[in-house]
Amino acid sequence: MPIRSKTFNESYYEDIKLFRTIWIKFWAVIFVAALVLLPYFGDPYFVYLVNLSCLAAVAAVGLNILTGYTGLISLGHAAFVAIGAYTTANLANHLGTPFWINLPAAGLIAAVAGAIVGIPCLRLKGLYLAMITMSFGVLVEYVVITWEGLTGGVRGMSVPAISILGYKLSSDEQLYFFLIVITALLLFAANNITRTRVGRAFVAIRDRDVAAEAIGVNLTYYKVLSFAISSFYAGVAGGLYAYTIRHIHPDHFTLLLSIQYITMIIVGGMGSIVGSIFGAVFIVVVPEFIKLFAQASARVFPVLEGRYDEEWNIAAFGLLIILFLIFEPGGLYSIWNRIKIGFKNWPFTY
Amino acid sequence: MESSLLYFLGLSVSGLAVGSLYALIALGFVLIYKATKIVNFAQGEAIMVAAFICYYLVTLFQISFWIALPLTMLLTGLLGVLSERLVLRPMLGEPVFSVVMVTIGLSIFLRSLAGIFFGHHNYVFPSPFPAEGLRVGGVVLSYTHLWSMLASFVLMLAFFIFFKFTNMGLSMRGTANDQDTVALMGVNVRRVFALTWGLAFLIAAVAGIFLANVMVLNVGLAFVAISAFPAMILGGMESVPGAIIGGLAIGLIENLAGGYLDQMIGGGVKDVTPFVVLFVILMIRPYGLFGQEEIERV
Repeated sequence: MPIRSKTFNESYYEDIKLFRTIWIKFWAVIFVAALVLLPYFGDPYFVYLVNLSCLAAVAAVGLNILTGYTGLISLGHAAFVAIGAYTTANLANHLGTPFWINLPAAGLIAAVAGAIVGIPCLRLKGLYLAMITMSFGVLVEYVVITWEGLTGGVRGMSVPAISILGYKLSSDEQLYFFLIVITALLLFAANNITRTRVGRAFVAIRDRDVAAEAIGVNLTYYKVLSFAISSFYAGVAGGLYAYTIRHIHPDHFTLLLSIQYITMIIVGGMGSIVGSIFGAVFIVVVPEFIKLFAQASARVFPVLEGRYDEEWNIAAFGLLIILFLIFEPGGLYSIWNRIKIGFKNWPFTY
Repeated sequence: MESSLLYFLGLSVSGLAVGSLYALIALGFVLIYKATKIVNFAQGEAIMVAAFICYYLVTLFQISFWIALPLTMLLTGLLGVLSERLVLRPMLGEPVFSVVMVTIGLSIFLRSLAGIFFGHHNYVFPSPFPAEGLRVGGVVLSYTHLWSMLASFVLMLAFFIFFKFTNMGLSMRGTANDQDTVALMGVNVRRVFALTWGLAFLIAAVAGIFLANVMVLNVGLAFVAISAFPAMILGGMESVPGAIIGGLAIGLIENLAGGYLDQMIGGGVKDVTPFVVLFVILMIRPYGLFGQEEIERV
């Protein structure tokens, strides 16, 4: 009889299960319980941070499907988020449709835009793709500022609160469960996409597109599909964003937002759903630490008193990108994996 | 002359002047791309940092502009060598995506540091050139534009000679062609990389100083480099004459589009025109006018 060690699977079904061991189930239950109890026992500020992390995680997972799984760079993801946000805002303001129509519509319109941008990418790779997506981002930013009839221009646009069965969700606490449920559903869907034929085709394209084509992966179809799925997520994230901050403005959707998403997936871990969540949470939390750091350093160097602003965060993102790419290209996910394996095999090294 | 023709000529001339600076920026991109197959997204930050260095040399240390110019070029060149050594060297042999992202990380890091130190207001660069322009048959040419055109062309000529006739230029061209072979023939590829970055930043310094004269000096000057991407793509990523022609063309198109379309659509056309051009080129002819078409072999 074989000795059962580590993860021991006897059937294919066991191998593809979502929660493979009792320990994963155990921690998953603890994690869910902590999330559910947070608004009742935790600081309202944590609730706000979790909400932000949810918004970031949805878009980051979308970008990770495109960049981490399919290997196509997008420096214009903020554009898809903007499209989703303005679609939601317009539908909610002018047609008064409920959120369960607006959010999918935001996703779908962003997905169509994504597919259109994805078409030139059939010929372009690497650097060229980075540039074309970046210029798409700049163009959308310009359209958002100029087309005042649709977007309100630089005055921005207000969005009504979500109402579920006549109950309005306007504060952070009220939105908390809504955002968590939607995010969990989307992450679950993304996780499943990456485990299916589609996800395997994406990975094959990332690793070597010519070889993928040779084994029967239709490059045109899957590259455009990857763009569409990724921008669907970005669009939904944009819709959620519009409902959360309730007033959208062109300044929210600049190149910096795109770079922030890229930072999330690099720091979190490319080609990993869990990594995207790590990255999103990390990027949401890091500015808080920088704020503390700036306050502490102001005490030592009075020159820095009151000098903390958004620039410090952006500088930190830049530094994080550089340091992670040089020292830990696998991101937080690979650190997490190392720690996990270390515990699992303890006291042996492997 | 007719006023509409004068308007057209005026727009064209100032377009060409900005275009010659775009050409310089694109030349910096092409240099690094040719030698290392990397597009340096931090080129714009080099421009901005150089402009600030020169500004402080002239205002704070009271150095004459004509001494500050070569000094700035030297200092910015050192910054380039330093960035290559600290940030790019560890990334040798990594996939394109990672290297591109590292330069983007470098760019936003440098830009926000500059934002923290210099703030976001506009600085007035003490212009060394006379304010009134030169009148040529009704068209007014500003001295700043003329000098920036002159500087660009002198620098381009210098680079042409450097690549064609010097040993280092030869080893740079060799590195661009085939790193392994050149290394076997005794060229120190690492030194070539470091020098390439130094030279690219040095060119950026000239572009930055003149841009600060033509436009306005603030941290946003870094974004000008993004408008120079289309110039590089239009010319072809590894072609030096392509960068020059692309730069001039983008400057011209941008200025004419701004001059004629702004009234129709409403402001800001000038800023997006380069990106529309970029979009169109990438759709039709991704390898540019003079670039090499990439052929993929299995």
